[in-house]
Amino acid sequence: MSRTEIRVTGYGGQGVVLCAYIIGRANAVNAGNHSTMIQSFGPEARGSACSATLALSDEEILYPYIRRPDIFVAMSAEGYDKHRDELKPKGTLVYEKDLVPARLKKGQRSFGIPSTRIAEGLGRSLVQNIVMLGFFAAVSGLIPRDEVRKAVEDSVPTGTEELNLKAFDAGWSYFEEHYGAGAEGDAVAAATVVSPVA
Amino acid sequence: MKADPAGVLTGVHYLDGDFACGEGAMAAGCRFVAGYPITPSTEVVERISRRFPMMGGTFIQMEDELASMAAVVGAAWTGTKSMTVTSGPGFSLMMENIGLGAMMETPCVVVNVQRGGPSTGLPTMAGQADMMQARWGSHGDYEPIALSPRSPQEAFDFTIDAFNLAEQYRVPVFVMMDECVGHMTEKVVIPPAEEIEIVPRKLTEKPPGEYLPYQNNGNKVPEFARAGDGYRFHTTGLTHDERGYPEMSEECQEKNVSRLLEKIRGSADKITRFVENETDGADVVVLSYGITARVARMGIDLARKKGVKVGEIRLEVVWPFPEKRIRELSKKVKAFVVPEINYGQMVLEVERCAAGRAGAILVPHAGGGVHDPESISSAILGAVK
Amino acid sequence: MSTTTQSLHTNVDASEHPIAPFLRMDRMPHIWCPTCGIGTIVKCFASALEQTKVDLDKTSIVSGIGCTGRVAGYMKLDAFHTTHGRAIPFATGLKLGRPELLVTVFSGDGDLSGIGGNHLIHAARRNIDILCILVNNFIYGMTGGQNAPTTPVSARSSTMPYGNFEHPFNLVHLAASCGAPYVARWTCLHIRRLTKTFAEALTRKGFRFIEVIAPCSTLYARLNKLGSGLDLMRFYHDNAEIKHGADTREAEIGFQDRILCGKFVDIEKPTFTELMHEHYTKTLGDRFVPMKPEGGWIHE
Repeated sequence: MSRTEIRVTGYGGQGVVLCAYIIGRANAVNAGNHSTMIQSFGPEARGSACSATLALSDEEILYPYIRRPDIFVAMSAEGYDKHRDELKPKGTLVYEKDLVPARLKKGQRSFGIPSTRIAEGLGRSLVQNIVMLGFFAAVSGLIPRDEVRKAVEDSVPTGTEELNLKAFDAGWSYFEEHYGAGAEGDAVAAATVVSPVA
Repeated sequence: MKADPAGVLTGVHYLDGDFACGEGAMAAGCRFVAGYPITPSTEVVERISRRFPMMGGTFIQMEDELASMAAVVGAAWTGTKSMTVTSGPGFSLMMENIGLGAMMETPCVVVNVQRGGPSTGLPTMAGQADMMQARWGSHGDYEPIALSPRSPQEAFDFTIDAFNLAEQYRVPVFVMMDECVGHMTEKVVIPPAEEIEIVPRKLTEKPPGEYLPYQNNGNKVPEFARAGDGYRFHTTGLTHDERGYPEMSEECQEKNVSRLLEKIRGSADKITRFVENETDGADVVVLSYGITARVARMGIDLARKKGVKVGEIRLEVVWPFPEKRIRELSKKVKAFVVPEINYGQMVLEVERCAAGRAGAILVPHAGGGVHDPESISSAILGAVK
Repeated sequence: MSTTTQSLHTNVDASEHPIAPFLRMDRMPHIWCPTCGIGTIVKCFASALEQTKVDLDKTSIVSGIGCTGRVAGYMKLDAFHTTHGRAIPFATGLKLGRPELLVTVFSGDGDLSGIGGNHLIHAARRNIDILCILVNNFIYGMTGGQNAPTTPVSARSSTMPYGNFEHPFNLVHLAASCGAPYVARWTCLHIRRLTKTFAEALTRKGFRFIEVIAPCSTLYARLNKLGSGLDLMRFYHDNAEIKHGADTREAEIGFQDRILCGKFVDIEKPTFTELMHEHYTKTLGDRFVPMKPEGGWIHE
């Protein structure tokens, strides 16, 4: 794995940092690579934009911050707006379909998922971040599925493992159904504007 | 001696530097922490206050940093390994009792997760501008020991080293971290307790009548007696004789202070620790520490691609400074390039040791982030022009 | 022991003096002025140690800086002469680092209530298990008679040469209102009562606060034309009003005014450590491991 830069954004309370933490942990602790996760520290209150960055690599990571993300995971409109221009020209956007009005540049790819609705369907909107994580894992293919699932198990509060794994699997399945082999999706953005409404 | 398993969270973890530092302290046997909350260091004591009740440790949040440092020095005199954690503004307040710790020869650890300064500065962003404060911050002559980790793994490892050095030399030892390392999450491997080497306190074996608290035992480090073991010793922040009794005289001051300095200076070669790469035949040597050492490596790689012979010195122990090695190298290289997140601190040491034989080029950064690797490579290229 | 230096102790046979075993006789003569009250208070404290038969090997004394700050240096206990104002937090570390210790802070008004005032109120609030003896001579003695947070209104000091116009602390009220479970005040004339209070306080737990009014004849008395130390003792005799259980709000000290003395507070109250143990036992159950009485992870 060459150096891959990721930014995860959302609003405070959505579990942005946990989502990034699990990606980093899965890659470093379980998959045996390197990952550096940095969460934004600021006066962000619950409800306002919040963000975390990750650098993943199979080599030692020297530069801890990211410059332009290869993958941008956006769970809220405000977080998306704040950082959308950073995405690399050939970068990938992974976004909450119901919340983020995605606008892409030519060459960028996008993958949307109604992760909040899916989480609500599982009975807890709180696991939206893990639905998104499952979807991200499937989209990116950076880290083997089992390693990420293990990181979910090891990172979520005791007693919630089953629900969170269900959420992860739901996110993963959504990718397979909508973007997997044979599925029609917006994987390659032909146009510069992708409708935020499914 | 091996570590107390109760404090060692053996395993492969994904931790930020602050948490890793807290784990290092607990693995090292620290069982008393006094602190006052300050960004970006607070996560260290949050981690410790969560785990201490399960291992016979006591954490107390004091009313300020003056009190925190005083309590740490007090607790250290019971034999319980003690630490406090802070950032710039709190470090300034701690200087008073850091001096007391140095004068009373108290083994303890002070962690400074550096942020941008001066004053309140940049609470949530990185700085390395307290390096000279660590060296000279408290009044009077004393010799500190300080380490600077560049990753959460080193935050864990170096905190253990800090406790061990504090015991060996009976001084407050600083872990000079920075916000970037403190708030960066990476893989941290914590070995089993039986693989962690711990330096126990050297308690005196002399009976109370014969024990002198500040007797030079050859290596200039006096033997320790714990409060409550029947020694009924006296210790003071005043200039004192071997009995720990105040004596206001030039002779006593000379004897007291020179031993405080010599116990570190005389062992500087043993304490100093740095990683050296490809300095043989190098025209330029980049000297860095902490988070900057990672970015410096990128700058070095860029310059090497352009054909410059660049060596690297990465300080692990920053105080005492590796004077001897820098003097030797200064006879062979054209210049040292010193990137640091301040406007020139450790570069002054390099300049002093190079003594005009080689250049000492600062690559400054005022704080709030890390250097662009390009700024370091261009300084390297500039040095060989 | 020096026999050439002028001293009140020159003719005392150290081995015969009843409190000699509690003192570092090799440090005599002490630095205190003739008719200073601190020596008397030290004598009372030593007598209380003797009476209570506390384990002296497990007894520590901590002082800050100043005239009273020298007490630790003369007591034959584990003794810590610390920085200005920090005796209480230093003592807090000692006590928490080795919970079995009996820790006494012995220091002056400027040290404990001026530069160290914040620590005083927080130690009282937390009910840290230390005995705190504060000698109040209304002035900074060692540095030459400057104004203190205790200097009565209109009293002169070297930095209030026209008389003090600041409100002073009512220290017993301060300690009591911050939650200290044991609060008393005496003058150094009340030798027997003071000794008895020390002895009682040594056997109590929590933050025990004892204020002792003492004459500084060299500075406070001279600057205020109050005569000799003996005159001040006479003043205490005539103006001390003993009222146990008095409302500490009434205990303010005016210039050459009556001095309310007595034991004002003596209640049972869990200490910081007891509360911590109780709380962790409740919240963590069997997982809670308290620090051993002899300290944390002391090996060998």
